[in-house]
Amino acid sequence: MGIIGQNGAGKTTLLKILTGVKRPLTGTVILDGNCLDTLSRKKIAAIMAVVPQNTFIPPLFTVEDVVGIGRYSRRNNRFTESFVDRIAIDNAMKRTGCIRFRDKIISELSGGERQEVLIARALAQEPKVLLLDEPTANLDIMHQIKIMSLVKKIIQKSGFTAIMVIHDLNLAARFCNRLLLLHDGCMLAEGCTAEVLTEHNIDTAYNVKCSIQFNSVVNAVQVTVVGCTDSNLNNCLNFDKG
Amino acid sequence: MTIFTKRYYVFLPGLGLFLALSVLLSIMIGPVFVSPVSIIRLWLEWISFGLIPSGVSDMQRTIVFDIRMPRVVLAALVGGGLAVSGAAMQGLFRNPMAEPYVLGMSAGAAAGASFAIVLGAGAIFGIFAVPALAFIGAVVTIFFVYSISRTDGRVPTETLLLSGIAAGFFLQAIVSFLKLIASMETLREVVLWLMGSFSGATWGSAGLASGPVVLGTLILIWLSYELNALQFGDETAMHLGMEVETVKRIILIAVALITAVSVSVSGIIGFVGLVIPHIARLSAGADHRIQLPVAAFSGGIFLVIADTLARTINRPMEIPIGIITASVGAPYFIYLLRRRKKAISWW
Repeated sequence: MGIIGQNGAGKTTLLKILTGVKRPLTGTVILDGNCLDTLSRKKIAAIMAVVPQNTFIPPLFTVEDVVGIGRYSRRNNRFTESFVDRIAIDNAMKRTGCIRFRDKIISELSGGERQEVLIARALAQEPKVLLLDEPTANLDIMHQIKIMSLVKKIIQKSGFTAIMVIHDLNLAARFCNRLLLLHDGCMLAEGCTAEVLTEHNIDTAYNVKCSIQFNSVVNAVQVTVVGCTDSNLNNCLNFDKG
Repeated sequence: MTIFTKRYYVFLPGLGLFLALSVLLSIMIGPVFVSPVSIIRLWLEWISFGLIPSGVSDMQRTIVFDIRMPRVVLAALVGGGLAVSGAAMQGLFRNPMAEPYVLGMSAGAAAGASFAIVLGAGAIFGIFAVPALAFIGAVVTIFFVYSISRTDGRVPTETLLLSGIAAGFFLQAIVSFLKLIASMETLREVVLWLMGSFSGATWGSAGLASGPVVLGTLILIWLSYELNALQFGDETAMHLGMEVETVKRIILIAVALITAVSVSVSGIIGFVGLVIPHIARLSAGADHRIQLPVAAFSGGIFLVIADTLARTINRPMEIPIGIITASVGAPYFIYLLRRRKKAISWW
């Protein structure tokens, strides 16, 4: 599922609430049938893994170290690695492809490679749900497609659920089954991609006029922004006013 | 990656041996030279409850057991404890300048001790006044710093650091004031105390210090895996499954325990907590599970040697050990910085 919305609509806040980092003002989060605040951090981590956006990773750690720390919630012995840990780490690295540079240190990796490592770390946790915060931000178009395809492949193969905050509507349209559109801290629309991505919804949420067409090449709707609500691009730029 | 590599099995026992040798050497050296054989014989006699007579003169026995051993043992304990605390603080704050005193504990202890010395609490409360007040000063300070840094149930590390610095400044002001109103003698006593020394070590103080210091050290070594995970940031550590605030609290309590006890028995000894962790990291790697034990042994060795120097360089006068550690520590630290800039900032 993709979480989309304007800057400041509350996407990252929602993610923080879902992972228990922030407390909601009202209501509770229910994870696997249990209230989030009754679960210990370790139990939450066993179900839910987070792939953060462009986060800081200590630059001198190796890829293997970083993926290895994903086993924190699963390890039985903190000083040695068990067989199970080893397998989980290797599998995580294989599935994301970062096994090919497992001994490299983080500072030597490109943005796309770093994302692969972060996803591998989340996989090493052996979660049921994957939460991703703008995994494609700051990536070039090749790596964007690569990461999105990777996530899609992972959830198809393992039966995970992935919840992803994403900025790029077209990537969301292409890769997400369901969308949650946020506006002003509230849910504006939720449902299948095609249901949510309507010209009206996007107008309300983003204050833009757009044209939505089905693109049979990628087998998904694609959004093309035509102009601001004023339907005159010049009026969107408020420089000359006041 | 397992830490029980060949390196671990060779390196650590090697360091342990080195520590034992330093201890032996330190006990040997002094105004009266005691041969290593005599020392070992005395130990054997002690362990065997007198069944294996040492044949060593009473004077030598007194020198070894009552004068030198307490201070050497204390030096090893304090050195190891401060080094491990320093490594833990650097890991917790993700800052290479962090060290055990960074939350104001040294300033708090200084204020407590100065208070005791200048206002003559010793006359009323006896010889325990100064260490006790130093301990109380340190503990109250860190408690205060922690409490004012708490927002929304969380204690962000940046806030802790800043609060500690602020508290430190304030307490230094109190110490300066106390120095101002002190008489010449008490002033000298305060200044000497602040520079640190093991000359007052007794089995009483060594025994009292050993429990908390060893306990604190073991707790920190146990939490070294947590320290690894904390390098990724508080939020990531939370996502990985760590109860971050609880872990932080335990680490700070352990550090406070070690530091407050160390400072109260031996004054403020700097640089051990700052430089030794870096040396340990450079030689043993940034994995805290190895770095902390290495730091513990290295710190012990360093302080035992420093203490030996402190009492032999300018015989019969003793140079306060804080001067030795700073004189050796600072240049070496600069040398390290120039050679391995990258490794000092490991994050």
